[in-house]
Amino acid sequence: MHVMYFTERPYRYCPNDEIIKHGFFGIPNKHFDPVKGSQLLNEYLDEKIMAEELGFDGVMLNEHHDTAFCMGSVMDVEAAILARITKKVKIVLLGNPLPVVGNPLRLAEELAMIDMISHGRLVAGWVRGAGSEQFATNANPGYNREYFEEAHDFVVRAWTQPGPWRYEGKHFNYRFVDPWVLPIQKPHPPIWIPGLLSPETVVWCAKHRYPYVALATFLEPTVELWNIYRDAAAKEGYQVGPENFGYLQKVYVAETDEKAREIAKYDMFGGAGIGYSLFGQPQWMFPPGYNSREATRRVARQFSDPNAAKGTPFAGAQQSSAEERLAQAQIETRAGAWKENQVDIAATRKQIFDAFPQVERAMQVICGTPKTVIPKIRKVLEVLRPGIFAFWQNDGPISTEDRVNNIKLISTEVMPAVREMGKELELVSPFEVKPGSRPLPASGVPESVGSIAALAS
Amino acid sequence: MAENSNSQWREETVKVDGTDLLVVKGGAGKPILVLHEELGHPGWLKWHSALAKTRTVLIPLHPGFGRTERAEWMLTIRDLAGFYARYLKEQGLAPLDVIGFSLGGWIAAEMAASNPHQFRKMVLVAPVGIRPPRGDILDVFQMMAPQQLLATVLDPANTPEFPELYGGAANPEQFEAFEEARAQNARLAWTPYMHNQTLAHHLSVASALPTLLLWGNQDAVVPPSAGEAYRDAIPGARLVTFEKCGHRPEIEKSADFIREVEAFLG
Repeated sequence: MHVMYFTERPYRYCPNDEIIKHGFFGIPNKHFDPVKGSQLLNEYLDEKIMAEELGFDGVMLNEHHDTAFCMGSVMDVEAAILARITKKVKIVLLGNPLPVVGNPLRLAEELAMIDMISHGRLVAGWVRGAGSEQFATNANPGYNREYFEEAHDFVVRAWTQPGPWRYEGKHFNYRFVDPWVLPIQKPHPPIWIPGLLSPETVVWCAKHRYPYVALATFLEPTVELWNIYRDAAAKEGYQVGPENFGYLQKVYVAETDEKAREIAKYDMFGGAGIGYSLFGQPQWMFPPGYNSREATRRVARQFSDPNAAKGTPFAGAQQSSAEERLAQAQIETRAGAWKENQVDIAATRKQIFDAFPQVERAMQVICGTPKTVIPKIRKVLEVLRPGIFAFWQNDGPISTEDRVNNIKLISTEVMPAVREMGKELELVSPFEVKPGSRPLPASGVPESVGSIAALAS
Repeated sequence: MAENSNSQWREETVKVDGTDLLVVKGGAGKPILVLHEELGHPGWLKWHSALAKTRTVLIPLHPGFGRTERAEWMLTIRDLAGFYARYLKEQGLAPLDVIGFSLGGWIAAEMAASNPHQFRKMVLVAPVGIRPPRGDILDVFQMMAPQQLLATVLDPANTPEFPELYGGAANPEQFEAFEEARAQNARLAWTPYMHNQTLAHHLSVASALPTLLLWGNQDAVVPPSAGEAYRDAIPGARLVTFEKCGHRPEIEKSADFIREVEAFLG
C-alpha cells in the first residue's frame, strides 16, 4: 500500500463569517494577507519534509483557485520546490486542472522539469477543475470535458513522441512541439486520477488503466463506483485490483478523543470533498455546460424538488446505495445550503457543527486517539481495499501545534498498524502491481475489489 | 415550454447541413424570421399573434438550445448566422424581414454584416453582440437560470406575460432545457463574453438595410449604450427607446412594441 500525506493548505486567517457568507469561492481577497500567506506556504512545505522524515511514501498536492480553502493556486510551483527539498517521497499531484491550465504544452514542460529535478518521483494526475475555477481562469465550461480529454492526450504525446511535430487539434494548436525537457520516468510518469464519483471519469480511467483516487467520498457509493470501474476494465480485458484504486480518508488524532474531535470539527470549514462542496454557491459550482447531461439531470431534480432537504449540509450522508444516486450526495449538499439568497451566519455555523456527528458516523472524518481510529481505518480498508491510501488532515483553522501533533501521532502510532493491515489484506499499490496487468478470471466475469458486505460486518 | 402545435402555430423540421432544424411556424402571408433569445423560444406570445395576422412567422429553434441537439461544428455566433443563411437559401426564403431578440439579435446582425441582401428589413431588440461603450453586458453565466430570467424584465410582477411564461413551480424538464441552452450559450459566447470585437466594423455594409433598434431604457442585461453603438455601426439605423422598460420590450411594453414593429415593417 502506498501511504500519503495530504492537506488542502488552507489560508487559516480568513474570518469564519466570510467563509460562511460567501463559501468556497467569491470571498473578496482583501481578506488575504500575503505576509501571513508567506508564513503558511513555507510552513506547508516544511510539513512535507516532516512527512517524509516520519515515513510517508508520498506527499500529495492539489490545486484550487481564488479560495481560502487551498493555497495551491499554482501547485506545480510547490511541487518543483518539493522536488528539490525532499529526497524519497513520491510527489503526487492530484491533480492538474487541465481545462483551467489551458496550455498543455507548458504543463508537459513543467511536469517534466519536476520529474527530472525529483529524479523521477512525480506522479501526475488530472482534474477538470471545480466549477468555480472555470470562472477564476475564464476557461469555457461548455468545453470542459473536451478540453480535459484533448489536453490529456496532448500532454502524454508531448512526453512520448519525439519532436519536432506539429499539432492541429480542436481546442489546442501548436506549430512546433519539441520540448527540451522530458520526464525521467519512461514512458512517462504514473498518472492517477482523483475524483468525487463522476461515473464518466471512472470509465475514462478504466479505459486508460489509471488508478482512480476517491476524495473522501461516502463508502457505499464508492464501492458501487469501484464496480463501474471493474466492469469498464473487464471490457478492456483486465481484472481490477487494489492497485486500481485509491482513497483519501480524513483522520484527526490527538491524545484524547475529545481533543481530536474538537480539532476535527473545524475541518468542516476548511476541507474539500463534502466539506467544501456544501459551501459552493450553485451559480459558481454549476457553470453552464460544465456537467454532463446525466449530471445536469440529477441537479435538475434537486433544484426543482420542493420537498428536497433545504439547508441540510450533510444530507448526502443519508443517501441510499442505489446506483442512480451515485454522485448525488455531493450535488445535494451543494444545492441545499444555497437555495436561499440570505445566509444566516450564526444559524449556518450551528448547522455545520450540528452535522458533525453525522459526518463522523458516516466515517467522512475519523477522529480520536490512535486506539480509537485504527479499527475505523481498518473498516475503510476492508470495504474499499485501496492500494493507495492518503491521510487527509489539517484543513480549516487548525493551529500549527495541533497540525504537527496530528501528523506525528499518525505517523508513529497509526501508520505502522495501517501498513500491517495493508500487508494482511494484500492491498498492493500501483508501484507493486501495474494497473491493468491482471488477467480476467477464466470465467470472464470480473471480481469486485470493494465489499459493501464488509461495511455491515 | 411550447407544445407541439395549437390553432395558431405548429412545428416542422427541416434538414439544414445535416442538422435537424425545428421551426415553429404560424400565421400566413410573407415570411418573417424570428431569432429567439438566450434561453430558447419562450412560447407563442401576443406579439407573435399580432404579426401572424398578416405574416408567416418562422421561429427556428437554435440547435442545442434545449429542444434539439447541438451541431458540434458550430463554435461561434457567426457559425449560427452562416447556418441560418443556408436555411434561408435552401428554403428560398430570402430576402425576408427579420426580428432578433438579445442573442438572436446578435445572430441577425452577423447575418446582415455577412450578407445584408438576405434581409428586407431588420429589427433588433436589445441585441448583444457589440461591447457596450458604457457599462457591461450582464454576466448571466454567474447566475442560475431563474435569476437570469428575473433580470430580463424591470418589473416581473407587473409584466403580464412574464408569470405566464415563467411563474409557478419549476419542473426538472424546464431546468434541463434551460441548462442545455445555457451550455450552448457558453460554447458560442463565453469569451469575448456575448460580443464579437469585430462586428461593428462589418456592419456598415448593411447601410442599405432598413434597421430598427428597440431598447428598454432600464435594460439590466444589455446597457442601452450598446444601442447607440449599433446605431452608429449601421448607417441609417433608427434607435427607439422605451421608458420604464427592461430587456424585453416585447412583453414589458407589448402594445408599444407591436405598434413600432408594425409601423416599421409596413
